[in-house]
Amino acid sequence: MMTVPEDLPAWAAILTSILVLTGAALTLIGTIGLLRLKNFYARVHPPTLGTTLGIGCVLLASMLYFSVLQSRPAVHEVLIAIFVTITTPITLMLLVSAALRRDWMIGDPEVPLPPDLPPPPALTEKESP
Amino acid sequence: MSAHEILTWSVAIAEITVVLAMACAAFRMLRGPRAQDRVLALDAFYVSSMILIIIYGIETKDTGYFEAALVIALLGFVSTAALAKFLMRGEPIE
Repeated sequence: MMTVPEDLPAWAAILTSILVLTGAALTLIGTIGLLRLKNFYARVHPPTLGTTLGIGCVLLASMLYFSVLQSRPAVHEVLIAIFVTITTPITLMLLVSAALRRDWMIGDPEVPLPPDLPPPPALTEKESP
Repeated sequence: MSAHEILTWSVAIAEITVVLAMACAAFRMLRGPRAQDRVLALDAFYVSSMILIIIYGIETKDTGYFEAALVIALLGFVSTAALAKFLMRGEPIE
């Protein structure tokens, strides 16, 4: 169990509690969505709840707590926020394009080929001698 | 119930919540059904572990855990990107 230092003001303790609980709850909601949704393309969406608002709330709580505790601004947590905000769309777009390509290659009927695009190069490469 | 007790309890409850979230992601990673689902679950898993480490840093009042969270963010990004490249091409580095 955590021992809170005595000189921490009450408003900072309450605000940190609210932010930490909100962030943790959002992360749990996101992973429950990952568990329950039926389709991969639907399952991509819910974990981003944790990577945006979830981690944002927890980092805000950490910044507030350490700034009040050390009575000087502690803003190095912004680094994680910036990094996660930049990298999550990149990884998810890479992953979804890989998944689309795999679904095209096995000819999944639920993921039809877009009508205005040529078939993916992997298909034509395999068919050519 | 004083404000300090509320902070103590809410940090403990938040840690349990994030561990439950990690369990959900691990279950999806074990069940699949396809490789992209497992990679997506790994992504959610490392983000949850990063949140858990930051909350643990609040609990212990130690700013050193921030660096651990930053390293997890970096390595998680690289691993997910490499796995996605692997799923796309069959090899991570061309």
